[in-house]
Amino acid sequence: MGEQQDRQASFGGVQARATSSNMNEPRIAIRNLDFYYGDNRALKSIQLDLPDRQVTGMIGPSGCGKSTLLRVMNRMYDLYPGQRATGEVMMDGENIIDPSVDLNSLRARVGMVFQKPTPFPMTIHENITFGVRLHEKLSKAAMDERVEWSLTRGALWEEVKDRLHTSAMGLSGGQQQRLCIARTIAVRPEVILFDEPTSALDPISTLKIEELIDELKNDFTIAIVTHNMQQAARCADQVAFFYLGEMVEVAPAGQMFTAPRERRTQEYITGRFG
Amino acid sequence: MSDAPEHLVKSYDQELKRLRNMMTQMGGIVESQVALAADAIMQRDAASATRAVEEDPKVNALEREVETFVIRLLALRQPVAGDLRQIVAALKITGDLERIGDYAANVAKRSIVLAQFSLPYSLAGLAHMARLVQGQLKSIIDALGDNDAEKATEVWRSDQVVDDIYNALFRELITYMMEDPRNITPCTHLLFIAKNLERIGDHATNIAENLYYAVKGESLPDTRPKGDTSAYAVIRPRE
Repeated sequence: MGEQQDRQASFGGVQARATSSNMNEPRIAIRNLDFYYGDNRALKSIQLDLPDRQVTGMIGPSGCGKSTLLRVMNRMYDLYPGQRATGEVMMDGENIIDPSVDLNSLRARVGMVFQKPTPFPMTIHENITFGVRLHEKLSKAAMDERVEWSLTRGALWEEVKDRLHTSAMGLSGGQQQRLCIARTIAVRPEVILFDEPTSALDPISTLKIEELIDELKNDFTIAIVTHNMQQAARCADQVAFFYLGEMVEVAPAGQMFTAPRERRTQEYITGRFG
Repeated sequence: MSDAPEHLVKSYDQELKRLRNMMTQMGGIVESQVALAADAIMQRDAASATRAVEEDPKVNALEREVETFVIRLLALRQPVAGDLRQIVAALKITGDLERIGDYAANVAKRSIVLAQFSLPYSLAGLAHMARLVQGQLKSIIDALGDNDAEKATEVWRSDQVVDDIYNALFRELITYMMEDPRNITPCTHLLFIAKNLERIGDHATNIAENLYYAVKGESLPDTRPKGDTSAYAVIRPRE
């Protein structure tokens, strides 16, 4: 409760939650992370830092573990019996895969946007307020302000400000995805996870989302899983390549796409998997 | 990369192979141009000179073809990593080859003028220099065909010798000119010829650097062997 008030107090209407650490510390530090689907070890001793307010792109063939890693970062696997993670995913000094870390507050700190837009069957306004109400008690005015802020940050406000109380299902696919991003931002997370956010969108909507990600990294730490390597090249500050549950290489995007160190990376990104 | 497995998209491999072929084809023509130009001077062979000059439009046309093809590859394949480095290197390397062709043609043209003069001194130094430069050029064009970074490094290192010979020639020719003003016209042409050969060596070094980067993904050190000091040379007539 104290934390909620703190968040409310620090919310100046138009700014994201202040983060306590300095820019150089990684927002999330993953150490020796293993993940199991039953007996199947899907992630093997992963070591990866998500630098604060930077975009980390994750690439690799299907089944390489990149989406699994994303799911670990907000404990999406928690509800599935037989799925477990060992190791450390350190955020603000605590290991977030430890069961003692409260799941609801974790998901407010680590938001997620999925492949297909998943608006709730409600109005646009309600889509935004739904999550906020779970964590905060705001006056109507403060809530309206939050809705406008979120939709503005989600690059959707101008398009929907006159139809806030109509169904979100009437929006186009690209608009729905931006609504989902706005909904994630609304609870002011520290980290936003994107799981192939544009694979269901046309090229122009895709570019709008990419531009949005570029804006959002001023305030949020971002991890994006994508099958589109050009997208990783365009969006990410650093790129991690995964193969068969291992993280093969992580490097600044400029290096990754001009001179990767590892042979397997080179073969994958140039389209020579053999 | 020659030892990399094939692309999943076979037509992409074929395009990269075609690019490599255009580059080596251009290399072959340029190599023969330089050989013809060297013959033209040493043997006073006007026919060789003419052939060296006549090859030049072919080289220029190939360069334009490579340029168009590279732009097309960049747009349509959006290459990354080793492929990207190879494609960009091909563009730069063919630029160097085209310049080498120009220098060879220029040497050939001067050889025709030079043939009108009787030279009272030996062209041994120039002949040695021409052989070395031709050797450099042959090595680097072989290295291009094999994507051989080690061989490229050897060529890169060997340029110092050519520069040293050029400096010696520079002094020698100026001395002849001081001795007898009638030497000025042929020696000026010889000086330009030597400079052109020296520049061909420099372009071979550039090719070596680009090839090395394309293969290895890292650059050769900044300080390359560079020994042309003629820009600072002062030779005073004896009192």
